[in-house]
Amino acid sequence: MQSIQKDDALVIAGRRFGSRLMIGTGKFPSAQALRDAIEQSGAEIVTVALRRVDLSAPEAQGIMSAIDPKRQLILPNTSGARDADEAVRLARLARAAGMEPWIKLELTPEPRYLLPDPVETLRAAEILVKDGFVVLPYIQADPMLAKRLEEIGTATVMPLGAPIGSNRGLRTRDMIRIIIEQSNVPVVVDAGLGAPSHAAESMELGADAVLVNTALADARDAGTMAKAFAMAVEAGRMAWRAGLGPERGEAEASSPLTGFLVEK
Amino acid sequence: MSFVDELDAWPRERVAALYDNVTETEVLSAIGREERTLRDLAALLSPAARPHLERMAREAQRLTRWHFGRTIGLYAPIYFSNLCAADCLYCGFAVCSGVKDERVTLTDDQIEAECTALKNMGYDSVLLLTGEAPKVVPPAHIARAVAISRRHFSSVSVEVYSMDEADYTLLCESGLEGVTLYQETYDRELYSEVHPRGLKRDYAYRVDTLERAGKAGVRKLTLGALLGLFDWRLDLIWTAMHARYLQKHCWRSSVAVSFPRLRHTPPRFRVDFPMSDAELVQAILAMRLFLPEAGFNLSTRECGDFRDRVMSLGITSMSAGSSTRPGGYVTKGEEVLEQFEVEDTRSPEEVVAMIRRAGYDPVWKDFDRAFHG
Repeated sequence: MQSIQKDDALVIAGRRFGSRLMIGTGKFPSAQALRDAIEQSGAEIVTVALRRVDLSAPEAQGIMSAIDPKRQLILPNTSGARDADEAVRLARLARAAGMEPWIKLELTPEPRYLLPDPVETLRAAEILVKDGFVVLPYIQADPMLAKRLEEIGTATVMPLGAPIGSNRGLRTRDMIRIIIEQSNVPVVVDAGLGAPSHAAESMELGADAVLVNTALADARDAGTMAKAFAMAVEAGRMAWRAGLGPERGEAEASSPLTGFLVEK
Repeated sequence: MSFVDELDAWPRERVAALYDNVTETEVLSAIGREERTLRDLAALLSPAARPHLERMAREAQRLTRWHFGRTIGLYAPIYFSNLCAADCLYCGFAVCSGVKDERVTLTDDQIEAECTALKNMGYDSVLLLTGEAPKVVPPAHIARAVAISRRHFSSVSVEVYSMDEADYTLLCESGLEGVTLYQETYDRELYSEVHPRGLKRDYAYRVDTLERAGKAGVRKLTLGALLGLFDWRLDLIWTAMHARYLQKHCWRSSVAVSFPRLRHTPPRFRVDFPMSDAELVQAILAMRLFLPEAGFNLSTRECGDFRDRVMSLGITSMSAGSSTRPGGYVTKGEEVLEQFEVEDTRSPEEVVAMIRRAGYDPVWKDFDRAFHG
């Protein structure tokens, strides 16, 4: 989807992106399915778990073969790291191997729900920002943590909608609304979005972008699902820009009951 | 308070009582529920669930894809010693098994050669195995084998004898990711019967091994019961309890379950609780419904045809092209004692081709050495 208006580009750390849909690369049944998803979504940011790739020898059939570095920014992530030291080591390794100094911080020491550790995330972000990285941290939908990370100098904040891979949608809606209202950096809703309607809902709320993975990888047709998400992201963004009317608890008659009270 | 205390509260009779009067309605509601209790697990493992395997399979497949996607991890075992002072009655390595084949412990150079051979086959994840001979192959020796293997592979795990927490710390410092340790059976009485000598006789020490490993920082804990040794319906309930216990108490470690079915035993041992293919499938499905987020392994103990069919029903990791004798990939021939006969003798390429045909992505690398210092 290339139709987002030019003046509405997503800007992260001074770099402009035409798409507000980011894609994760785990769980796909084949490199071809992933390639279809990237292609049909028009995504320009694709995140890759460093633990899944051999930076010294990328496989011909693996994840990296599905990405076109001329069209997509490869955003390495630290998934699998249990503390700040591990995440920092991984990030530096990726940079040393020639990747751009962008890093999606994922610090999830508890393997069952893969929830982000706020303490270690903040610590790693401090080190990596000072080290010159563009840092995009995956966080719990915690408005205070979001502000603290912004103060440190992270390029975005990426609060979760629901636990990774859960497809449960925007369960943290109220907190994400506060994060969006208070943030001075782009807010990317990451994790838990299982349907295009969830992505649209996030964008209507004013999120700057969303990231999806499982919902695409798990679909019967990853490419078509990716396109559906891209359309939903665009629709949600347009609705937010157009200004949604407020929700009301009851109907409001279009012929007012007090219309007869005309001041003379 | 450790898991062995919890087990004391769940003797044979109490676990068996979970199966009392299971109805078909209970089986169906256990399949439909989002979170399942031990009674639900018993319902799913019970004979009453047999007519509903298809529904269980659909749910197991859905949950596995949801948590792991359509991916299958690949690993290979490296047996680096078959010396064993234990005398597990069912095992080919046991000191008194009566088998006369050669006993060896690989030298560092021979381990290196095995690693190179496996690396050339594409592997990036290995499991190092030994018998129980801590005097000849002490923890420091195992740590050295881990360090050698780690130069070749991103992920190195061990399946060796039960050790102290300090030993696991040493292994972690050498680059260890995971520990696999089967309880064999959780039934105290039978455990004592089939383990007549050696360190392994100490039931409590063995039960609490994985918790010690988790406390030492081991990231992946793999458990299992040797299916066929005892009533698998009881052993799997204890296994599930153990998995849940580890998830709570070693919350930084991921917990995985293996399904080793006892098949080839030395002549002196008779399998009293043989498990059919359908029963093993039921076991995997029921356990998947109870532990949706746990990795499940299926080794080359099972034949190729069975592995191909079961793979998409809940399995997340498989070995391939395995040899269960020390030096089996390059250095040593058939004169060396193997632990068990491999049923699926296909090469890694053949297994990978099968995985792709089934619409799954084979994953060789899922860990990075940068996670260690």
